[in-house]
Parts: sequence; C-alpha cells; structure tokens
Amino acid sequence: MIPELGNFALILALLLALTQSILPLAGAARNVPAWMAVARPAARAQFLFVAIAFGCLAYSFLINDFSVLNVAQHSFSKLPPIYRFTATWGSHEGSLLLWTLILALWTLAVTQFSRHLPDDMVARVLGVMGLVSCGLLLFMLVTSNPFLRLLPAAMEGSDLNPLLQDPGMVVHPPILYMGYVGFSVAFAFALAALISGKLDASWARWSRPWTTAAWSFLTMGIMMGSWWAYYELGWGGWWFWDPTENASLMPWLVGTALIHSLAVTEKRGTFKAWTVFLAIGAFSLSLLGTFLVRSGVLSSVHSFATDPARGLFILAFLAVVIGGSLLLFAFRASQVGLGGRFALVSRESFLMTNNILLLTATGAVLLGTLYPLFLDALNLGKISVGPPYFNSVFVPLVTPLLLLIGVGPMARWKQASVPDLAARLKWGFAASVVVALLLPLTLDAWKPMVSMGILLALWIAVSIAINVQGRLRRSAGWSANFYGMNLAHLGVAVTVIGITMVSAYETERNVRMDVGDTVTLKGYTFLFKGAQDLDGPNYKAARGTLEVSRNGKPVTLLYPEKRTYLASGMPFSESAIDYGFTRDLYAAMGERLDGGAWSVRLFHKPFVVWIWIGSVMMALGGAISITDRRYRTSRKKGRAGA
Amino acid sequence: MKPWVIVLALWLPFAALANEAKPMAEDPVLEQRMIGLSENLRCLVCQNESLAGSRAELAQDLRQEIREQMRAGKNDKEVVDYLTQRYGDFVLYKPPVKPLTWLLWFGPFVLLIGAAGGLYAYIKRRGNRPVDAPLSEEEKKRVAALLGNNGNKS
Amino acid sequence: MKRFLIPLGIFIVLVGFLAIGLKLDPREVPSPLIGKPAPDFKLALLSDPAKQLSPADLRGKVWLFNVWASWCTSCREEHPVLLELSRQGGVPIYGMDYKDQPGDAQAVLDRHGNPYVETVVDRDGRVGIDYGVYGVPETYLIDKNGIIRLKHTGPVTPDVLDKKILPLVKELQR
Repeated sequence: MIPELGNFALILALLLALTQSILPLAGAARNVPAWMAVARPAARAQFLFVAIAFGCLAYSFLINDFSVLNVAQHSFSKLPPIYRFTATWGSHEGSLLLWTLILALWTLAVTQFSRHLPDDMVARVLGVMGLVSCGLLLFMLVTSNPFLRLLPAAMEGSDLNPLLQDPGMVVHPPILYMGYVGFSVAFAFALAALISGKLDASWARWSRPWTTAAWSFLTMGIMMGSWWAYYELGWGGWWFWDPTENASLMPWLVGTALIHSLAVTEKRGTFKAWTVFLAIGAFSLSLLGTFLVRSGVLSSVHSFATDPARGLFILAFLAVVIGGSLLLFAFRASQVGLGGRFALVSRESFLMTNNILLLTATGAVLLGTLYPLFLDALNLGKISVGPPYFNSVFVPLVTPLLLLIGVGPMARWKQASVPDLAARLKWGFAASVVVALLLPLTLDAWKPMVSMGILLALWIAVSIAINVQGRLRRSAGWSANFYGMNLAHLGVAVTVIGITMVSAYETERNVRMDVGDTVTLKGYTFLFKGAQDLDGPNYKAARGTLEVSRNGKPVTLLYPEKRTYLASGMPFSESAIDYGFTRDLYAAMGERLDGGAWSVRLFHKPFVVWIWIGSVMMALGGAISITDRRYRTSRKKGRAGA
Repeated sequence: MKPWVIVLALWLPFAALANEAKPMAEDPVLEQRMIGLSENLRCLVCQNESLAGSRAELAQDLRQEIREQMRAGKNDKEVVDYLTQRYGDFVLYKPPVKPLTWLLWFGPFVLLIGAAGGLYAYIKRRGNRPVDAPLSEEEKKRVAALLGNNGNKS
Repeated sequence: MKRFLIPLGIFIVLVGFLAIGLKLDPREVPSPLIGKPAPDFKLALLSDPAKQLSPADLRGKVWLFNVWASWCTSCREEHPVLLELSRQGGVPIYGMDYKDQPGDAQAVLDRHGNPYVETVVDRDGRVGIDYGVYGVPETYLIDKNGIIRLKHTGPVTPDVLDKKILPLVKELQR
C-alpha cells in the first residue's frame, strides 16, 4: 500500500511541477499576475508530495519490505537501521528520488526567501526549476521507478554494497546533492534574466547568496567523498580522477568561477555575459555528471547499474535543458550589455584571468574524462586516461590560480596600482620563497614540487595576513564578505599544504606480522598482538590489534578488520586510522597467513587531514560571506525595482 | 650472581620475542618498482582501478608477470611494451603522446594561451584608460559648435 | 553575436558523441594482436597430458581458438553454439582450458559434449596473457599462416557466428 502511495505521490508531484512551470512562465511572458502567483503554492505542494514519496520509500526500507524490488535488491534484514535508511538512496532509482527531493527543497527555499524580488522574476525562476523537476519526475516514472513491486516478495534482500555500509553514506550523497542540485537556482536566475532581458547588478546581488550556498555544500560534499574514500578504500588514496569524481569536480570549478564572476557583476556591472554563461555551465555540468554516471558510457568504480534506455532519456533531457539554455544564451547574450571598462592590471582583469584558468582546468578535466569515448566513437581505438594525465595537466593550470589568490583581493577595481601592490607584497613574497626553499631540507628529502606547494600556500597565507592587517588598521569593522572570502582562500592554502606533503612524503610498509612482531615506520613502532574472530550484525570479521608506540611511550591502539559480509560473501578490509594534525597512521589487514600471522599494510601519511580541514574552511568561508548585511532582505523595504 | 647476568637473562627472552616483521615482498626494492609502474597501469577486469591495488585474479597474475620481467632485468619501458603488445594502449593510464592524443595533451594549454591572448586583446581594444572624464562646460560648447556646423572632419 | 553560438555548437557535438557512446561498451578491450602472428605455445593436451600442441602444428589450416574454463558461466552459454559448429564441421575448434582444474574441465566436456578437436591446458594463465586474455570466454580466428584475424570477447552467439566469424572463415579458406 505504502509503495503505491509513494508512486501516486510522484505522479501528483509531476502534475504540480508542470503547473509550477507552465502557468508562471506563460504568466510572466504575458504579464498575467494570477498565473504568476501560481508558482509559489505549486512549488510548495510539489515539495510536499516529493517528500511523501521519499518517505514512503524510506519506510519500505526501514520495515524490510522485500516486496518492493528496490528494497530487495539493495537491502538486507540484518542491516543496522541507519543503513537501511540510507539504502533508500543507495541505488540509481533511490538516488534519483533524493535528487528530486533536494531540488524540491531548494525550490521551497526560493519560495520562502524571494519576497523582495519582482513577481515576474520569481515566476520565471520557479518556472525554470519546475521544468527541471518535471524532467526528473518523468524520468523516474517512465524508466526508473523506485516503487516497482517484486511479486512474489523475496525472502531476503541482496544486501547493500558493503562499501556503502558506512557513516559516509549518511552524509556524503545528501550534502553533495545539495551542492550539485543547488546550482539549479543560479541557473534559473540566469535563464530568468535572459528571458526577461533584465540583467543588472541587482540580479547579481540576488543570485549570489544562493550560488555561494550551493558552492559551499558542494565543497563539503566533495570533501566528504574524498575523506570517505580515504578511510574506506584500501590504501588511503583520496582522489583518483575517476569519472564520477570528475563529474563533481567540474561543477565545483565552474561554480568557483561563477561566484567570483558574480562578485564582479554585482560590484561593477561587468562580466554579465560571462556570469550568465557560467551559471548555465555550472548546472549543465551537474546534469552532465548525472548522465555520465548513470548511462554506462564511462567505466567507473562509482557507476550505478546501467541501462541504455535510461541513458537515452537523460541524454534527451540534457539536450533539451542545456541545449535550450545555450540557444537562449546565443540569442540574448548580446543584449545583456558590456559594462564598464577596466585596465590591464586591475581586479577585473585578475578575476577574468581567474575565470579563464578555472574554465581551462574544467575543460581539461572534461577532455580527459571523455577522450576515450571520443576516440572509441570515431573507431580510432581505445585508450585510458588516468591520474598521470590529470595530474600533469591540472597542476600547471591551478598554479597560476593560486598565485592570483595572493594578489587579486588587494588589487583595486578598474585600475590597480602595480607599485602599490608590489610595495605591500614584496616582503611577503620574498619570505615565502625563502621558507619554501629551506623547509623541505628539514624534511625527508628536498623535492621541487614540495617547495612549489609550500611557496604557493605561504604566499596565499601571507598576503591574506597583509590584507587583513591593512583592514584592521583602517578600523573598517566587520564585513562578512571580506572575512568569509579570506577564510575560504586560507582554506585553499591549507588544502595545498596537505596535498603537497602527503603526496611527497607518504611512506608505507607491507609486512608479514606474526603475533609479537614489530614494525617501525617514521619513528612509530607497531606491535601486532594477533587477530580475534568476531561477529558483526551482518558480517564476520577478524579484528587485529596493533599497539603503537613512539620512543617507548604508547601512542594508540589500532584495530583494523578483515570482514566477510554474510549476504554477498564479499571480503572487505576495514582500515584503522589514528588521526593526527601532523600525520595519520593508517593500518589495513591483508590476508590471513599460516600460524596466526597476517599480512598488514601500514602507512604514515603526513598532514593528510589538512586536505579536509582546508576544504571545511573553504565551505565555512562561503557560509560566512552569505551572512553579509548586503544580502539581508527587509520586508519593510519592499521589492527592489525592476 | 653478577647484576649484569641477571639483566642479560631477563632481557634475552624479550629480545627473542621482539621480532622485526618481514616484508611481504621477497624483494622490497623490486616491489616498490613494480608498484610504482603498476600504479600507472589499468586493471583490465575492474571498473577503473589501477593494476597496483586491484585484488582481481588477472591483476595478481599481471603483477607477478611484471615482477618476473623486472627480475629478468627488463627496464620499465620494456615491461610496459610487453603489456601493450598484448592488451593495447588501453592498459596505460598515461595516454601515449601521438597525433591521436595531441588534442588531449596540448588542447588545454593551447586553449589557455588563446584565451589569455583574447583577454589581452579585448582589454587593449576597449581602451586602457577606464575612466572617461565627463566633459567640461567648455568642451560641451565645442561639441555643440562642431555638430551645429555639420563638420564632417573626423 | 556569432561567438555566443560557440558554446551551443560545442554542446551539440558533445551530445552527438555521447549518443554514440550509449551503444559502446567502455570496458571492452580491443586486441592489438589482430593481423599479427598467433603467439607460440607448447601446452599439454587435456585428453592426453603426455602429448603437446602448438600453433605451428596447425599451419595450413584455418582454425578457431576458444579460451574457456569450467568455472565460467558465460562459457556454458556458448557451448551449444560451438557444439553445433563442430557438428557442421566448417572450421575446427581448438580449446584452451584457462586457469582451471583439468578434472573439472573434463567433467564439463563429458557432461555437455565436446566441440573441440583438442583442448590444451593453460594452468597458470601465462599463455592467456600472451594472447591478451582478460576474461573468458574469448575466441580467436587464426588463418593458414598462423595470423590472428579476429578476436571475439564474450560468448559466441549464433548472430556473431553467422555475421562475423563464418564469412571470414569462408574467405580465409579459399
């Protein structure tokens, strides 16, 4: 009964989404207030029914209703309740429902926080978002219905993939989708501006907080995915340039360009065509990413089970949404106007360079991800493009970007004073160079890439300090925008340090450990106390005990496990990690050997948590900047003029 | 008994217990080299994993094959050639630089240079002085006079 | 205005590629051995471990080389097709038992029929690596001069047999 209710709710949601889009868009075109006014209530009702549908699916998972095909394929009765809940989005169909729910949630937010916007703008924004919702709901109902029944019901489910039975599954997909899907708001604002022909600084001011919020969520989502892969998959890698990872990185890169471009459009009225293009681009890449991981077109560890019919539907959806937007862009962008001029050295030119670098980096990632497909489609053979390519191309493109972070925020609008910048920054730059060259000498080995990474990170940190000091000296007071920006930029520096150090100085040992054996790694001694067999809720495990000490003093105990999941019989290594500010100690059980011995893999990973701390700082910086007073909307002030 | 004998007697059993664990690999140096090479090779039966970390049987076989080749004195290039002769370029995570992949390897940089050049040209074209000073009263009179005279001199 | 059409143009090309991509299999590995001599081997026969077979013995014949194993379920799918082909006698089929127990392999042939003229045993998969085997079943078509002319990955279906393998066999046997 409940699944049928969910199915029905989806159908109702589709009808509401259609109402949410067709009437308001037509109403805005013909200036019929009554039609435009339909947008908000229709959007709210759509959210309600999507939420009901989601609730029905989640309920089916929680009560182990194996007469629902999706539940039977992706759950297991002995799964802990929290993972039964998260299994709701552990499949293609379920995660699509989550996508749709989150889109409806953002739509709901727009209905709430748009009182200060003109009616026709609200109508168009909600209308565009409604069209996207229609596409997703239709896709689900036609090709990927999560409520299909399995009759006769299965006695037991096939189990959720052990890799997904983890707290990461609770947070990573929802937060990631909040980001991914959140760019639909900026997208809708951009299309609304193109359709109405009204694109000015106030449009940028309205779009900015939504875009920054989505960007912050996406930053957190990607960071969580990276961290989850780190502690879950084998040997503690944190980025593999896998197509699915690239699919989330590309919207992030374009989203970063977008938030910077919006700042320019808001402040100076320039870059308008660029900003609109980037807004379309960010969400287009989100949609493209959704296509890539569900269509079977690329091979990825992260892919969902695929079906050409589904791939075709999403591709058609993509073609209509993105193609339509780009067509609209082609025809209307020229009317958007150019805005003020700026000098060769100015904050505008730095930010434009920023845009170009980020877009080129995105292009490189897209090219690398799709190149094998291009060649195969043209019958020119089959190649693989992996980390060696991406690292070689991405790092040189990002390096000038990091240099710009240091000098950009201090450059004046319209015309920056080069002598002034040089005077403020030269000692900071010099100090950074010196430290960057000397510091690696105190570490394991001097490597040029390490010096480069430290230089860039220090350069950013020092220039932020100079900038903040300058502001404090002027007693300019609190500015959420200013401090948020600097926190985010500092986060970039912290992430760069983490990446540089762990890539250059990570060490490992792969040893056979009998009970009582020790291994020493970077001054830490690991003593193996043997492995105990134990039973988990839905697995059997052998749990090893490692006593870690340093200079005779105990540091920690590590309990890595080798699990065998009951439903699938899949063996699985659950690593044990001792987190530290300056290093992580990472232990993974390999194979059971003779005589109670085990093969054990031990790692010393310096500064790896800085990667995630930096990302959190970036997201936090974004969140803080949204609270800036300029975005506060006052109902008493009434709506801003058209 | 002399104290040091007691100490020795007490220490020896512990010394015997504290065994340094032996590396899993027979030859750790070779193993490092093999892992380094296979990190850039693709596991053919996996969904996008490297040959280094994959637990698939074929991956284990190929890692063993690489070890033996290296032991036989082959250098990295020879080992890679051995694999590409049998499995094609698909097994390489670093695509070879050949005319077919020039767009891949050089495209982004060409794009960057083109875009940077375009930006430079754009800024220069629109004038380097961003501030247009408003016309003074006297200048306005001159403009009116010129236009009134239908002056066609530019 | 025209430059604003560039993104749309690029996107249309991209969609075209993605549409073609839907029909391709990103995990299929084409073989670089087509047109090259079949790698040499000397392997014991399943039926008589004392005897050995090598591709050189089959010079002058057009033959199919089918890699299979008792633990491979897709091999069961193509088994009837191979049996039918062997009855028709158009082209001899030689099998290679890949990373398997000879006892299990023989049991499969006893139970389901034997389409192979002979089957060689590749216990450790070394010969498989030489042939670029990455999954079973895989089938090679080798001509009279010992050159590999075709490789098919996956079970041989009647469709593949009729449309790809047999026409080429006919051509090579002239």
